[in-house]
Amino acid sequence: MKKGKNLDFIKKYTMIIVLVLVYIFFAIETGGSILLPMNVSSLISQNAYVFILATGMLLCILTGGNIDLSVGSVVCFVGAVGAVLMANLKVNMFVAILVMIIVGTAIGAFQAFWIAYVRIPPFIVTLAGMLAFRGLSNVMLNGLTVSIKDCTSFVKLFGGGADCFIPDPQIFVKVEGFNVVCLIVGAVSIIVFIAMQLTSRRTKIKKNYAVEGAAAFWIKTVLISAVICAFTVQLSRHKGIPTVLIWVLLVVLVYGYITSNTTTGRYFYAVGGNEKATKLSGINTNKVYFLAYTNMGFLAALAAMVTIARLTSAQPTYGQNYEMDAIGSCFIGGASAYGGTGTVPGVIVGAVLMGVINLGMSLMGVDQNMQKVVKGLVLLAAVIFDVVSKRGGKMISKD
Amino acid sequence: MAKILLEMKSITKTFPGVKALDNVNLKVEEGEIHALVGENGAGKSTLMNVLSGIYPYGSYEGDIIYDGEVCKFNTIKDSEAKGIVIIHQELALIPYMTIGENMFLGNERGSKFKINWNETNELAAKYLDIVGLKETPQVLIKDIGVGKQQLVEIAKALAKNAKLLILDEPTASLNEDDSKALLELLLKFKKEGMTSIIISHKLNEISYVADKITVIRDGSTIETLDKKVDDFSEARIIKGMVGREIADRFPKREKNIGDVKMEIKDWTVYHPLYSERKVVDNVSINVKKGEIVGIAGLMGAGRTELAMSVFGKSYGDNISGQIFIDGEEVNLETVASAIDHKLAYVTEDRKGNGLILSNSIKVNTSLANLDEISKKGVINKDEEYRVGTEYREKLKIKCPTIEQNVGNLSGGNMQKVLLAKWMFAKPDVLILDEPTRGIDVGAKYEIYCIMNQLVAEGKSVIMISSEMPEILGMCDRIYVMNEGKMVGELDASEATQEVIMSQIIKTS
Repeated sequence: MKKGKNLDFIKKYTMIIVLVLVYIFFAIETGGSILLPMNVSSLISQNAYVFILATGMLLCILTGGNIDLSVGSVVCFVGAVGAVLMANLKVNMFVAILVMIIVGTAIGAFQAFWIAYVRIPPFIVTLAGMLAFRGLSNVMLNGLTVSIKDCTSFVKLFGGGADCFIPDPQIFVKVEGFNVVCLIVGAVSIIVFIAMQLTSRRTKIKKNYAVEGAAAFWIKTVLISAVICAFTVQLSRHKGIPTVLIWVLLVVLVYGYITSNTTTGRYFYAVGGNEKATKLSGINTNKVYFLAYTNMGFLAALAAMVTIARLTSAQPTYGQNYEMDAIGSCFIGGASAYGGTGTVPGVIVGAVLMGVINLGMSLMGVDQNMQKVVKGLVLLAAVIFDVVSKRGGKMISKD
Repeated sequence: MAKILLEMKSITKTFPGVKALDNVNLKVEEGEIHALVGENGAGKSTLMNVLSGIYPYGSYEGDIIYDGEVCKFNTIKDSEAKGIVIIHQELALIPYMTIGENMFLGNERGSKFKINWNETNELAAKYLDIVGLKETPQVLIKDIGVGKQQLVEIAKALAKNAKLLILDEPTASLNEDDSKALLELLLKFKKEGMTSIIISHKLNEISYVADKITVIRDGSTIETLDKKVDDFSEARIIKGMVGREIADRFPKREKNIGDVKMEIKDWTVYHPLYSERKVVDNVSINVKKGEIVGIAGLMGAGRTELAMSVFGKSYGDNISGQIFIDGEEVNLETVASAIDHKLAYVTEDRKGNGLILSNSIKVNTSLANLDEISKKGVINKDEEYRVGTEYREKLKIKCPTIEQNVGNLSGGNMQKVLLAKWMFAKPDVLILDEPTRGIDVGAKYEIYCIMNQLVAEGKSVIMISSEMPEILGMCDRIYVMNEGKMVGELDASEATQEVIMSQIIKTS
C-alpha cells in the first residue's frame, strides 16, 4: 500500500520533480548563473508568449488531441497589423490594441468555423492558416521590418525594452538593490496563498470531504510559498516585476479558473473524453470546438503584442515555431495526446521546463542546433510516458 | 461415422466479472454444416473468437482439437494457417480498395517488395467465379452492394485455403434473394467437402441448410440436434434456446400505474448513410406513469435507433412522427430539449456513448445536469461533491471515493454511474437500453431494484432488452420489435418467451 502511494505521488508530480532536477542540474552546470536575478527575470520575459499560447493550445488539445498549427503565423500577422498601425499610421495605442484583438479573434473564429461546424480536420485548417497568414504577414510588412521603438508606452505595457518593469513609486522607502513593490507583492501573494489553502482545507474538513494528510498539506504549502518567496526576491534584485508577468499571470489565473470551475471549462474535458457521450448529455459539442479555436486566435493576438513589444518591431519571420513551443509545453505538462486530460498549471510547468532547458543550455553555450535536439527528445519522452503509463506500464501496444 | 474435424472441449472463458463461456463442448464433423444458435449474449461469438485465436491460447480454459491435433492459436493468422477462416457479421472490407486488393489483404501475391497484380487479379477472378460473383476484381468495394460484399468475403476466405468456414450472421444484412443465393452456395460447398459453422438467428434458414444444430444458452452448450434423428422445427429449436426457469431473479413491486405519460405516434426513421433504408418503420408506442414497458427483439431490430431518434434526434435522418408528453405534442429537436422535457436515454454502450472514462465518478454524475449545480456558469464544487456522494449511496456504487476515474470501475458499477448521471438529470421518462448487458447477476438484481424504485416514484421506464427473462420478469407491458417494425404488443400476463420468439420469427 505504502509503495503504491509513493508511486502515485511520483506519477502525479512527475513533471515538477523533473523540473526541479533539471533546474538543479543547470544550476550546477552553469555555476549557479541560472539562479542569478537577471536570468530568473529573463526566464519570464523570454517565455511569456509560450505561457500565453500554451494555455490556449491546451483548450484545443483538450477537445481531443487537436492542435493549432497556425498560431505562429497568426502571431506574426497580428503583430504586423499592430506595428503598421502604430508606427506607420500613428494610430492611438489603445485603438491599435483593440484592432489587434479583433483581428486575432476573427482569424480564430474563421478557422474555428471550418473545424467546428464543417468538421474539416483541425490539422488541415490550421496548416492552411499557417501558410496563409505567414504570407499575409509578408504582404502587410512589404517584407520589411517595422520598428515600434518610438511607441514607448505600448512597448512598456507589454514588457519590451529596458525599463518594462513596475518601478518603485517615489514615496516608497528606498532599499538599496531591491525593488520594494516586488517584495510587497511577493509577501502579499504568500499570505493570500496560505490563507486560501487554509480556508479551503477547513471547509473541506467541516463538510467531511476527503483531504490530504496534515503533513503533506503543510509540506506542499510551505514549498510553494518558498518558491514564490525565492522567485519574487530574485525579481526584486533585478529591477522588479516585469510588466509582461502581469499579462501571463492574468491569462493563467483566468484560464485556470475557467477550466477547473466553470461549466464551459468542464465541456472541453467532456468532449475530449468522449464526444458521443457529451453530445448525448445535451451539450452542443460543435460550440465547444468553436470556442477552443476562436479563443486560440484571441490569445495569439495577446501573444503578438507581447512579441512585438519585446522585440520592439515586427518582422515577417516572427513567430516561427511558436506553435511547436506551445504544443510541446502542453504535452510535456501532462495534457493527453488523445484529449480529455491536462490542466493549466500542468501546462505552465511544461512551459517552464522548456524555458529552463532553453535558458540553461544557452548559458552553457550549447549549440543552437543541439538545443533543438534536446527539446525534441524531451517532448518525445514526455508523450511516451503519458501513453505508456495510461496503458498500465506496458510498452508495446497489443491492439 | 465421418471424421471429426473440430472438437472444442470444455471451453471456459471469463471476462472481468462475467463468465462468458462455461464448459462449452462442440463437435463438428468433416463436410457438414453445423449451426450455432442461441440468444444474444449467449456466447456464440465468444466461442468463435476463441476458435479463431482472437482470444489467444491461455486466455481461456479447455482444448481445441482440430484435425486430430491440439491447437494453440495466438493470433488469427495461426488459425487461418490451419484453414479456419471466420467471416464476421460486420464485413471487414476496405471500401476504397478493389475486390482483388481486399481479397489478398495481408495475404498478398508476389514478393515482399513487389506485389504481383496480374496473379492477384487472376486468382481473385477464379475465386469470384466459384462464389458466382460476376464482377471483375478491379471494381471498388464501395461500388457493390452488401450481398455481393458478403460473397467477396467468402471468396476471400476461399483464397486463404479455408477448410473450415465460420459465418457469423451471414444473412443479417442481406435481402431475401441474396440470402437464398448464399445458402445455396453453402450447400454447394458442402457437396465439395467444405465444413462450415453458421451462426444465425434466422431459424428457417438454419433448419434448411444445417446438418446439426448446437444450442448455446447462458454460456453453456445445452444440446446438439441432428437432422437425421431430431425434429428440426422452429418450435423445437426455440425451446432449446429459451428453456429456462425464471426464479426469484426479479424483485417484486407494487403496481401503481397511472395515465399515459408519453406517447410516440407513427415514428419513422431512415438510416443516416443509406438514405433509402427505413430503420424504424411507422412505430407507435406509449408508456404510462409508474409503468415499466419493455421492447423485446433481436439485435438490429431498430430498438436502439427508435430510442435515440426520439431522444433529441440523436440518430437517423428524415425522422417523421409525433411525440406527446402528458397529452401535449412536443418537438424534441436536440438532446438538450429532450432533457428539458424530462426525458433520459441510458445508452446500451456505456463505454462508447455513455461515460467519460477518463473523468471521475463525480464529474460523470453531474454532466447531464451541470446547470443545476452551477451559477452563471461557475460550478459549485461542494454541491457537486454532495450530489456525487448522494447518488453513490443511493445506488450503492462500490468505489473508494467519487474522485475515482470511471474507467477503472467494473461493468456493474459503471452502469450504476450511468444511471446516477441520468437520475440526477431528474427525468420523468427513462429509456434504459440494455441496462444489464455484460454485468453479473448480483449487480443486475440491484439495477432491477433501482428500476422498481423509479416507477414507485411515479416515473415511467421504457426498457430495451435482448434478454427475454429480464423483459418478462420486469415489465408490465411488452412491445415486440423486428426489422424496424412493431410486430406485437403483449400484456405481461400473456407473454412467454415462446410467444415473443415466435412473433419475431414469424415476421423474419
